[in-house]
Amino acid sequence: MKRSLYRSSALVVAGLLMTAGLSHVSAQQPIRTARQMPFPKNPDWSKLELDVLKVQGQVYLIAGAGGNIAAQIGDESVLLVDTGYEQMAPKVIAAVRKLSNKPLRTIVSTTLMDSHTGANGLLVKEGRQIDNTGPGLGGRPNEADLIGSARLSAIMTSVGRAKISPDRWPPSTYPGKSKDLTSNDEAVIIMRIPNAVTDGDSLVWFRKSDVVATGEIMNTANFPFIDVEHGGTINGILDGLNTVLEITVPKHNQEGGTMVIPGYGRIGDEHDVLEYRDMLTIIRDRVQNAIKKGMTLQQVKALKPSVTYEYELRYNRDPAWTAEMFVEAIYRNLSVAK
Amino acid sequence: MRNAIRARIVVPLLAGLMLLAGVPAFAQIDFTGIYQGNTNSEDGPERAAGPSLVEFLGLPINDQARQWGLAYKSSRLSLPEHQCQVHQVSYIHRGPFGARIWEVRDPVTHQLIAIKEAINTYEQERTIWMDGRPHPSPNAPHTWMGFSTGVWEGNMLTITTTHIKQGWYRRENIPSSDEQTTIEHWVKNGNVWTHISVTDDPIFLTEPLIKSEDLNQSPNTNFNPFWNCEYIEEGERPRGEVPSYMPGENPWIAEYAAQHNLPQEVTLGGPETMYPEYRTRMKTLPVAVFKSPDEISQGAVPAPAAPAAGPRGGGAGAGAAPPAGGGARGGGARGGRGQN
Repeated sequence: MKRSLYRSSALVVAGLLMTAGLSHVSAQQPIRTARQMPFPKNPDWSKLELDVLKVQGQVYLIAGAGGNIAAQIGDESVLLVDTGYEQMAPKVIAAVRKLSNKPLRTIVSTTLMDSHTGANGLLVKEGRQIDNTGPGLGGRPNEADLIGSARLSAIMTSVGRAKISPDRWPPSTYPGKSKDLTSNDEAVIIMRIPNAVTDGDSLVWFRKSDVVATGEIMNTANFPFIDVEHGGTINGILDGLNTVLEITVPKHNQEGGTMVIPGYGRIGDEHDVLEYRDMLTIIRDRVQNAIKKGMTLQQVKALKPSVTYEYELRYNRDPAWTAEMFVEAIYRNLSVAK
Repeated sequence: MRNAIRARIVVPLLAGLMLLAGVPAFAQIDFTGIYQGNTNSEDGPERAAGPSLVEFLGLPINDQARQWGLAYKSSRLSLPEHQCQVHQVSYIHRGPFGARIWEVRDPVTHQLIAIKEAINTYEQERTIWMDGRPHPSPNAPHTWMGFSTGVWEGNMLTITTTHIKQGWYRRENIPSSDEQTTIEHWVKNGNVWTHISVTDDPIFLTEPLIKSEDLNQSPNTNFNPFWNCEYIEEGERPRGEVPSYMPGENPWIAEYAAQHNLPQEVTLGGPETMYPEYRTRMKTLPVAVFKSPDEISQGAVPAPAAPAAGPRGGGAGAGAAPPAGGGARGGGARGGRGQN
């Protein structure tokens, strides 16, 4: 009796051990570092979810609305860098409201793309300059201030209202190299990056939080888009990335410190920008070298290994912007520059 | 009878405790202590002097990784932002290595929450979470040590690490991507900690990279965790310059192979070069010939072209005329690279 009871107790314990152990092991198996994938084409918008992460200081990342959205959440107000696709606006508004009930006062547009500016109009209307329901300052509409470079506004205007609704055009523009403002007791510097993805790009630097939102010059899932038609160049993108390297400071042994929110993809730091910059510089130099040798675009495209070869498994994931298109854009840039 | 009653109480109590405590309570081994790498007897060249250029052999790399390595110019490490670059977790255990390991336990229940590992190479500290928490979002930052969770499998600690920064599988040669995942198995026999790692990388590896190291527990409690790295400017260079070889223009491809009387193909790595059967193929290949850029500039016959590909095909492309001035080698911050 006693022996069987002890035996049964041992069996129970052993069984529990095995069950618990096996369940943990089996739960451990599928863990893998996620692939950085481009935003899906023609998605079912209702099924898309946002991913909200605190970056540091007052700055959050809202991912999943198209391009990344940086949200500065403070005691006074909310500032957003970019707004995502128009279809995702209700979810973005809900995500912002979860973070803060303060007025959405300022929106900065970093580039032209629908994935970054699509919800500008809806979010501007969601915002307000002063905390009441009446008119805004000076009798203007009481809504968020939408800021972009003067060149971005000019590009949007030239594209036309049929393609880009005027409520996406930034009415508050800055003509020079940068614009400073204080938001939530923090210095925010908007720096223009000429001839990058377009000629109207900006990056946004939150000085106290120590975070830089780069806009589309950095994309951790793809080669950067170069919108040649609207003034985009590889050298402008590299100039922007080199600027980011100059203003980021790692905390310790090339890690942490200034954090970087790319235009799309995961949060990074200086080292992530560095590897991306290195890759783009190497590819640019190879195309430049081929042009110096008198090679045509077709010859450059036919090179084996290709000029983007070792980076393609990692960054050639968007059928709408392939490595070949990227190389063609660089070739067109550098041929003109010659 | 009394024993039977006691058993009736003990069985459910034990069962309840186990359910409450979960798997971490079954830890069999305490890794707490200070460890030193077995630098002299294991993998000396890799741990001490470091690999030569184009020494890719024994790595299950794909052709993309090979091409990356062939385009790599060591002077890239002299760029300020690269000088304090850390060896990522899938590499760092093989090097001049010391570690302090300790446990973090709940002060009330004494349940194991995490195992901490301080590594003196590049002053790293990693946390291996033992409380069953999930890995972070794909949008979370990646770090040199990544995000680790552990489970006990009998007496073995198995650790899964994701969110690792881009680094390398062979220093100054072969890259690792930021999409790698490393599974470690920690085993302890007496004072020897055997560290086994299995790294999967869909970007640069064709098969998992499996490595093992033995580390000795030290009775000495002295542990210097500091590794100050301060980058320095090493001369002026154009803004944004990134040293690299144009495809087919690396003049050093054959150097290591020729020095060791090896066929070129062997040194270009790939999964085939890991297995004993490859020795049969090796014997059929010609030994590499190397002429340095200086020798070629003085009129020596150029080195014959290396095979157009490594064992897996693709494009190594070597033997072309070297660029003027050859290739700078090295670079180094104070306290930075050059020692491991």
